[in-house]
Formats: sequence, C-alpha cells, structure tokens
Amino acid sequence: MRIVVLIKQVPDTTEVRMDRETNTLIREGVPSIINPFDMYALEEGLRMREAAGEGTVTVMSMGPPQVEDALREALSIGIDDAILLSDRAFAGSDTWSTSYTLAAGVRKLGDVDVILCGKQAIDGDTAQVGPGVARLLGIPQVAYVKAAALDGAECTVERMMEDGHDVLRVPLPALFTVVKDINEPRLPSLKGKMKAKKAEITVWGAADLDVDPAELGLDGSPTRVMKIFAPELKAGGVVFEGETEETVPKLVEELLPILRGEAQ
Amino acid sequence: MSCFLTEEQQMLKDLCAQIAREKILPVREELDESGEFPWEIVKVFAESDICGVYIPEEYGGFGGGAMEMCVATEELSRVCGGISLSFAATALGTYPILLFGSDEQKKKYLPPIAAGEKLAAFALTEANAGSDAGAIETTAVLDGDEYVINGTKQWITNGGEAETYTVVARTKKGVGIRGISCLIVEKDTPGFTFGKKENKMGIRASATRELIFQDCRVPKENLLGREGMGFMVAMKTFDHSRPGVAAQAVGIAQGALDEAVKYARHREQFGQPVASFQGLQFMLADMATQVEAARAIVHQAARIVDSGSKDLAKISAMAKLFASDVAMSVTTDAVQVLGGYGYMKEYPVEKMMRDAKITQIYEGTNQIQRAVIASQVIKESAAKEKRGE
Repeated sequence: MRIVVLIKQVPDTTEVRMDRETNTLIREGVPSIINPFDMYALEEGLRMREAAGEGTVTVMSMGPPQVEDALREALSIGIDDAILLSDRAFAGSDTWSTSYTLAAGVRKLGDVDVILCGKQAIDGDTAQVGPGVARLLGIPQVAYVKAAALDGAECTVERMMEDGHDVLRVPLPALFTVVKDINEPRLPSLKGKMKAKKAEITVWGAADLDVDPAELGLDGSPTRVMKIFAPELKAGGVVFEGETEETVPKLVEELLPILRGEAQ
Repeated sequence: MSCFLTEEQQMLKDLCAQIAREKILPVREELDESGEFPWEIVKVFAESDICGVYIPEEYGGFGGGAMEMCVATEELSRVCGGISLSFAATALGTYPILLFGSDEQKKKYLPPIAAGEKLAAFALTEANAGSDAGAIETTAVLDGDEYVINGTKQWITNGGEAETYTVVARTKKGVGIRGISCLIVEKDTPGFTFGKKENKMGIRASATRELIFQDCRVPKENLLGREGMGFMVAMKTFDHSRPGVAAQAVGIAQGALDEAVKYARHREQFGQPVASFQGLQFMLADMATQVEAARAIVHQAARIVDSGSKDLAKISAMAKLFASDVAMSVTTDAVQVLGGYGYMKEYPVEKMMRDAKITQIYEGTNQIQRAVIASQVIKESAAKEKRGE
C-alpha cells in the first residue's frame, strides 16, 4: 500500500500581523508551521498504513528549500519518506499550477493507492489544490472526509456535510481531503525526531518532472490579484427588543424596503 | 535560557515542551481537582520515548543521564508539577536498579520502564522513619530462597500505579543502618497490597499511597547489591534523584514566573498595565533572577552526576535545597503579582504554589539537605587540614 500525503508549509497565523499601510501580511519573523489540517492528513496516512499492516507513507510538498523543516517534522511522527518539489520555476504558483506540479510529482512516484490532503490551507483557504490534483490525475476525490476505512481495493469514507454526513464507497486510487474530526494527530517521538534530523529528503525540480514549463509558477498561473484589502469591520446588527407581537411587525417594516431594493 | 545543551538535549526539551503544551495543559486543572492518575499522559510519554531518557541504550533507553532527566522534568513541570511526577518518581524508583542492579536485574526490569510500559516507585519512608531513614521497621527475613517482607511504607509516590517497587527493609536487627537492604518487589506479589491514597495539598495528579507487606515473599535474586547495603543504596539513589526534584522545582517556578509576567503585562490599573509599576517590576526581576540561578545549579549538579564523579551528595543537596526554596518563593510572589485573581482557581498560580511546597519536603526535607551539605563542607575542611593544606 502506497499512501501519499500532500502538505503545505504556512505562516503560523496566531503570530501573523497585518501591515496597515500595504494591507499585506507581515511574514518577516513569523514562524512557519505545517498547515494544521495537513497534520490530520499525515495522521490518517499513518493510521491507514497501520490498519493495512504494511506499506509506506510518503509526504510531498512544493515550496522553497525551507519547506524541508516541515517535511522533517512530518518524518518525526513516523512518515516513511519525504519529497520536496522545489525549483525557481515553481515560484508564484497559484492553486492551478500548484495542483499541476504536485500531480506531476505524484505521477513520478508510480502506483499510489491513496492521496491525502488537509481540507484547506489556513493561509489561502482556497481548498482547491487537493481536488485539483485528483482531477489532473484522473482519480476520484472526496473532500471534507471525517472518517475513512480501507477495504481491499476500496475505501469507505464519511463526508461531512452541513446537514449531516454522506457515506461513500470509493474505488482506489483516490484522493481525500480531511477535516479535523477525523483523528487526533500524534506527537513526534524522540527517536522519530532523531531519525528525521538525519533523513535524506529527495528534491525534485522542474527537470525531474514530466511537465510543460508554460504551466509552471507565476507564468502558468491564471489567477491575477487585482487588489488586496482588509474588509471594514461592520457593527453587529440591529436588535429589536420587546414582546414578539411588537417586534416582528417592526422587523418586517424595516426589512421590506430592503428586500424591495428601495433602501440600502 | 538553554545554553550548553547538546542538540539531542535541545530536541528532548522541545518535545517535552510540546507534550506539556498540547497534552498536559488541557487536563492539568481537571486532574488537580479530581486527583486522578494521569495514565493518558503517561501513554504519551511512552509513545514519545520520554520514559527512558536516563536509561542506557542497552536496556532500551535513550542513553542519556541526569541532564536528560532534568531537562525533561523541568519542561513537563513548567505546566504541571503533579503530572510530571509520574515520570520523575519513576526515575527515583529506577535509580536503585540502575546503580546497584546486576546485569540480570537490569535486563529484566529496565526495558519495560524505558519503554513506558511500567512505572517504578521507591519505598523508604514509614510512619516512624522519615528524615531518620535508619529507623525503618519494615523487615525482610531470608527464608530458604525467599525474603519474607513485613511492614508498612508510607507516602509512596506512584504507589498503586507502579509495577516495579524498590523497597528498603531491615534484614538484620541491632546493627543500625548496616542492617538495612534494598529489594525489588513486583506489584501483584502475594502479600503486597496498597493502603489509603493520600488527599494532598498539591501535586494532586500524583498518586501517594501506603504499601502494605504481610508475609510478602520475593525471590532472594531480588536483593539489590548485598545485604546491609540498603542505606547506601538509598543515599546514592538520592544523590542521583535530587537534581530531578530540583528540576521539577525550577519548572514549577518558571511556569509561575511566565504566568506572572503575562498577567502583569495585560492587567491594567490606574489606566496602565501593572507591569509599568516599579514595585511590580522589581518583584518580576527578582523572580526571574532566582529562577535562572536555580536552573544553573540544577544543570551544574546534573553535569557533575553525569561526569561519573562519586562526590555527589553535596551538589545534589545544594541543587534540591536552592531550587525548591526558589520555587516556593517565586510561586508565592506569582500569586501576589496576580493579586485576588492569583488566589482563585481560575488562574494556575495558586496550584503552582501548592505544588511547589512539596519540593521543600520530599526526598529529604530542606533541613536534611542543609545537614548533608554542612557535614560535607566540614569533612572537606578537616580533610584539607589533615593533608596540611
């Protein structure tokens, strides 16, 4: 059984401040962490390997060389090997070209049974890369997975929905993005940390992958950022106090013009 | 400050800090209230390879020594001095085997402790034998191939929870401390039961219990060292374990200092943070200085222990004495910095103050530590004089 977990290194948002002048994140001096949702994906990969009683879990990420720290952290909890996709050509990738590059990385690994991702990254919050990779690989994908059980060449998953959950049987290979309800990630062990420190991390650049250079990095990214701004804080609503019989007509009186488009 | 730690020690420190933050912090208040033993956390220690940091690699440990034990104990105690004690008291119970066990005894008892599958406990204190450890009344009488143990041990940390007990008992009457021996007793040995669990002021997540021996028979292979060596086993054990108590005290003090500084920065009175008042600043400065000095003496003691020196009694006693007095003083001041809030259970400093108190009492009261230090200092001076220096 071969499991691949795709992770992203993100700034620790509990430490992030905004530059009021430019309305951008101040990233200098902010520690980097593994995207918290990806920790659940890593844990689920380990649990699947343990349940299967055999196999390997590979962690893969795309980013600058310092992403090695995140990969080593993943190795310290028991992940078998790590691959970093790193190349100047990848710089400035949006979700499209990130998915494209990661899919090429996974393809290079050969046969893979399960691909796991966190449901989204806490910096961009797009939730697009996981499903994008599955689409490019032409395999099924289920997002918001809160439980998964392997069963031979299939996996039964529970997908969290707003009004309950779906139970789906999915043929493998497949990609799942997971929510935090799925498990409780383990802590590293001392031996794991020692091993991770010495581990060799495979680095693949554009030349190592079967990719079209035009699809990579900033040039391959269709996203265009027109403007970045911090939304204004809105004061919290209007409260109608009193008996229901009195307040409801008042509410209707206020709402009707808005609904009719007569007022702002 | 963590200068002069090796890369591996730093890794251990980071890991223990993570365990403390992510696993201990969420349950600290609840376990302090209920007094329930922290088995869930012990499981985390085991999975993280923490339990065997001071045990040699050949017996399944990490191969570290006193420094590793102290680094781990301090980081864990920073969040909860009670929960961390399940680990530190196991070290106390393990040292007699580490220091005096035969290769066979080590092979049998150390690997499960190193793996975190079993906890250990050290049993010396009795109702009438505290500081005067030589006055113990528990007996172990050789009968064929077995020792028959009778008596009651009191206030035994990890009592009832540990699987492996190192028990100090009298094998010969009328010869004072030369009649004392140390034996390994496994839990579930017939005749070995547990008495009342103590309801304590602090370190409430730690189990403190009576051990009751009634014609409890253990194989004579369970004797550590030789008959009559028991008092020395106990004293050498304390030489190694006292830096651990000192590290626990530094951890508790550091935790209280962190809380006090954080509170002082955020609490506003007279229109400004209370941290801007010099009266408070001077308190924080003294607290921080004391903690740093305490950590320095703990690390010094640990390094001397790890150097293989035989002269450990004085420095170990000094570290335990100094660091525990610092813990008491710093936690008391932390409660003062937080004022009324500090006295309430919503904030952790009142618990830290309760937890700190025991470090001045157990593994030898601080009065006993002073007696140990003074006797060494006087002996050293007399020896110098004899050599004509």
